[in-house]
Parts: sequence; C-alpha cells; structure tokens
Amino acid sequence: MSARPPSGVDTAIRARGLGKHFGGLVAVDRVDLTVPAGQVYGFLGPNGSGKSTTIRMLCGLLLPSAGEIEVLGLEVPRQAEALRSRVGYMTQKFSLFDDLSVRENLEFVAAIQGVAQAETAARVDELLARYRFEDRERQLAGTLSGGWKQRLGLACAVIHRPELLFLDEPTSAVDPESRRDFWEKLFELADAGTTIMVSTHLMDEAERCHRLAILDRGRLVADGTPAQLAGALAGRTLLVETATPRRVLEALVGVAGLLSVVQIGSNLRVLTGDGADPRRALRDIEAALGETGLAADVTEVASNLEDVFVAATRNGSRPPERAP
Amino acid sequence: MKWRRLWAITTKELRQLRRDRVSLGMIVGIPVIQLVLFGYAINTNVRDIAAGIADQANTSASRALVMDMLATDVVAPAASANTPQQLMEMIQRGQIGVGIVIPPDFEQRRHDGRPVAQVLVDGSDTAVQAVAAQLAQVPVDGAAPDPRAPARSTPPEGAISVVSFYNPERRSAVNVVPGLIGVILTMTMVMFTGIAIVREHERGNMEMLIATPLTSAELMIGKVLPYIGIGLLQVSVILALGRWLFAVPVRGGLLDVYVAAGLLIVANLALGLLISTRARSQFQAMQMTMFVFLPSILLSGFLFPFAGMPKVAQWLAEVLPLTHFIRLIRGVMLRGAGLAQQWTEVAALAGFTFVMMAVAIRRFRKRLD
Repeated sequence: MSARPPSGVDTAIRARGLGKHFGGLVAVDRVDLTVPAGQVYGFLGPNGSGKSTTIRMLCGLLLPSAGEIEVLGLEVPRQAEALRSRVGYMTQKFSLFDDLSVRENLEFVAAIQGVAQAETAARVDELLARYRFEDRERQLAGTLSGGWKQRLGLACAVIHRPELLFLDEPTSAVDPESRRDFWEKLFELADAGTTIMVSTHLMDEAERCHRLAILDRGRLVADGTPAQLAGALAGRTLLVETATPRRVLEALVGVAGLLSVVQIGSNLRVLTGDGADPRRALRDIEAALGETGLAADVTEVASNLEDVFVAATRNGSRPPERAP
Repeated sequence: MKWRRLWAITTKELRQLRRDRVSLGMIVGIPVIQLVLFGYAINTNVRDIAAGIADQANTSASRALVMDMLATDVVAPAASANTPQQLMEMIQRGQIGVGIVIPPDFEQRRHDGRPVAQVLVDGSDTAVQAVAAQLAQVPVDGAAPDPRAPARSTPPEGAISVVSFYNPERRSAVNVVPGLIGVILTMTMVMFTGIAIVREHERGNMEMLIATPLTSAELMIGKVLPYIGIGLLQVSVILALGRWLFAVPVRGGLLDVYVAAGLLIVANLALGLLISTRARSQFQAMQMTMFVFLPSILLSGFLFPFAGMPKVAQWLAEVLPLTHFIRLIRGVMLRGAGLAQQWTEVAALAGFTFVMMAVAIRRFRKRLD
C-alpha cells in the first residue's frame, strides 16, 4: 500500500476539553487526546463509554458540545468538509450496500471518494487482490460472512489512500482468525504511513496498539503505551494459587484494599487498590486465609492490560492517571 | 457538484433497484392494478339499471317514449306495473332502481305542454339519481333534435337531448385514466423517494456516505434521477393499457403528455425527498406519504369535481401538485390543448418542485445530530 506520508504534521489528532452531551446525558466529558502521526492508536473502553461518540466528533459527524479539535492540521467541525477526502472512516455497523457486489461497492466508494476515473479500475483490482477478494468480487456484500464484511469495509475505507483512518470497533463480531488477519492489514497500512485510530473493547487488540487511551463513562482515565500503563501498576497484581479457588474467593471478599479478585482457571488474580500498600494487602490475604484454614500460595506477578483496564475503570471519580 | 459522484449515486440506486424484486414489481404492478381497478370498477357512469314501467296511457306515442328511454341503455326493463304505487313498492324492496310512469292523460298533457311522464328514483344511490336526470331529458316526440347533434346551450323544455362534450359515450375510463396517471405517480414517486434516504439511515449506509466528500445536492439529485426514468416508464404502461383496454385517446401531443408527467414526477420526487429528511423510519415515511396521498386523491378533482368543493378545500387543493397535473393532463389528453395554453399549471408544478427541493437540500445535514 502506497499511502502518502502525513503531510508535514506529526500530531494527527489533537483534542482539548472535548465534550458531548445528548440532552442531560453526558456521553463524553472533558477529554484531552493527542494522537501521534503514523501510529496505531487504540481506544479502549466498555460499551457506552463514549468511544463512538468521540470518533464521530473527530470525523466531524457530530458537533461537540465543548472543546477544540484539530485533525491533520484542520479545525473540526469548521473545516470538516476539507478533511473528508483525507480520512477514512469505518463504522461500527457494516455500512456498505448489502445488495451491491464486492466490486460494485468498491467502485461506488471510489467514485464518491474522488478516486480518478482512470485509476479506479486498477485501484479496485489492487484492493481485490490485497484483501483476497478475487473469487468473491461478484458476490453480494450482504451474503459475506462477518470477517469478510469487515475486510471489505476496510478496503472501502482506504480506497482513496487516507492519511488517517478511524475504525470503530471493527472486529467486535469477528472470529479470532479473521481478527488476526484484519490486524495484519492494519499494521501494513501503518507501515505505509497511515495513522490509525481504532476503538475496541478487546484486551488482546488493545495490547497490539502503539499507544492506548482508556475511556470510562465518557472520561479519559488512562493514556500511554500498553507497557507504560501495565508498568504503572507494578506490584499491585497478585496471583493466588490454590486447590479450592471458590472458597478462597469467598474468604477474600472481606479483605480491605483489594480492587478486584477474579478467577482464572484454578487460580485467583487479585488487583490491589490504588493507594493501598500491596505488601500489606498480601499480609491481609494470608491472614484471612489463615483464619479459614485454606491452603493457598500468594505471589506477585507482572500486571497486564486487563489489570490496567480494571484499575482504570473501577475508580470512576479519580483524575486520570497519565503515563509520561 | 461533481458529475462522477452524482452518477455513482444514480447507478448505485439502479443496481439496488434491479435486485429489489418487490420494488421492481411495484413499478409495473401498481399502474396495472390501479388502472384495471379504476377503469373497470369505478364506473361513475351507470348502465342497465333495473327499471319498472307503468304505461297507463298505452298509446303509440307513449310506447315510443318508453322505447326511447330504454334505448339510452342506462336502464333496462325489469318489471311492468299498472300504478305508480306498485313501482314505489318495487323501489322500496330494491327490485328496481328507477320507475317510469306515464299517466292515462298522456296525449292530453302532450297537447297542453304539461309534463308527460314521471321518473321515480331510488334516491339512496347517487349514481341512480344522476341517471334519472338523463332519462328526464329524453325527447318526447320525433320532432326533437337528433341526440348526436352538437350541444345546444339552452334546449327547449321537455325536449332536451343529452349531449356530452369530449366523452359522448359517457365512458368514465376516458375521464379517469388521465387523472390516474397523476394518482399513480403521486403514490409511487413520493413513496419511493420518501423511503430512499430513510432506508440508507436504517441500514447504516448514511454514516459512511456523509463521512465522504459527497455533497447534499449530489446525494439528493443522484438518488431521484433513476426515478424520473421509472416514472416515465409507468406513464407509458398506463397510456398503453389505457389505449388497449379502454380506448382512451391522446388528443394533444404525446410529447406534451410526457413533459406534463415529467413535471409531476419531479414535483413528487422533491416532496418525497423532503419527507425522507424528516422521517425517522421507513414506516414513518410511508405514513407521511399517505398524509399527502389521501388529500391528493380526494381534493385534486380526480374523484370529485373541483368546482363543487368548499373554498377552503379548493385552497388546500391548489397546494397539491396533483391538482395542477390533473387539469394539465385532461387538457392535453382529452381537449387536445397544448402546454403553453396551460402555462399557469406548468408554472405551479415547477414552482412546487423548486421550493420542495431547496428545502430538502437545506434540511439535509451531513451530520448525525
């Protein structure tokens, strides 16, 4: 893919104090974002956390209630029309035409995106080959399976070689195999210089992003590289190995300073609360277990993104933690 | 406005339509079904109403009068009676719709110039009432003018011949079919476009479309272009069937017919677009279509004479494109008038289109909120 390098900007998206409310409902609340050019930037958050609303505001499809947005050096929403031809947007719901074939969809999007008429056939053929649609180009889009639909969505979203690509939960309804394949394509695009902003609620996808923002109930609660975010939790994740995980889980319910306890197979994964002393939590756990006479082995383990996500989203009213 | 993008929308619409069997069926099905229904079933000109006859005079002249009345074909002899009372009972029972009474002093009355006969009517059926008026105009003796002769403005009393301009056979299909072109176009065109944009919203296509450089005008005009062709196709179907089934003439220019139809088509498409910028679902779009369609049918002069409507209804009717089209198309098809002679109707349709289209394009926002 020969996407143009971003035209002289090294920050693709900059948003300050971004807010959106629908009537009394606050969907997005004072969000600050900085997305560096050329990166795969993840947007992690539970359903209803404001990911889609934020992406739509960044595209100029929704008017912000507050804040300022600059995308590819253009002020949004004022200059949104000028931005259209430079960004690609793949909606959460399949937004192509079910009753057009794969090729017809590509040709249609090429025409309305302003791909030159002389280039269209070659560009469509190129994308059909790259996204392995050669055998299916006459198939109606509505009859494609979930994974293929998403792939067609991506092919259409990049047909005009956008500098910046917005993907709203592109793989939430797709099997793991197709997902891996989809992400391969995203990295190909990023390698060619395309900035990608992708929202997800899947940890394994978030882990693959260069950089990540976590959104919870409309607020930005964490922002950094996956390693930075996980590193910030160092010491707060404990692994409890036991033969009787259900009973140990019950025994730990009353222990102070624990943010979450989840069962992973026959082990328990414990995340200590922010501000609580992890070593003291460790002693409290052992004490609680000693009282009930349950045998368990407690060790400190490296934190992962899931821990980051839990830590970030369980503390609703705290100011966002921010990695350097 | 980029022609390439406009054309992309238009061809996309046609391709989708080609694969949508229901809509495709409606394009031809609606004109055919409506034409047959209105042409055959809604027959405002009644024939062969059962008649009872009480000829109390029974002279050669009175028998001739009865034969003249039957010759109109609007009544058929069903019973004979001796007194008017018997006829009234038959009407009450529903056995006959019309009773013809010729009193015993028929010859004397004829000589004096008094009314010679009486027509008893079943007033519960308005169509029969109209028939009675016809019968009452049958000439009394052979001296009356030939009924096929051109109309006289004030025929002498008692010897009135029935003459109808432009539809001497009084076949209602001739009056109905031109108007039916307008009714069918109003129904299908408003509905198709009313749904067109809402459907893109419902299926999620719109969010993708508005995130592209496509302009409102390109989207709107691109979407309606295919339907202009489809509307003209429907006009052809109606004209052909009207000629074949009902021998409906086109006395004016065929091109004028198509231009007039084209004017109504774009007026309805613009109205449909306006609806689709307003409606939230396809169902709402259908409801709004009906909201326009019913007054159009009732007030446009298609079913009921415009002159007979109250003033307020007439003002309302003037706003509806169908009203202007029906005047225009009856002029062209039945009276052989040209479009230039009816320029006010042409202007009204064009003005309606312009206003609706402008409002629709202005109302459409490339945003989700």
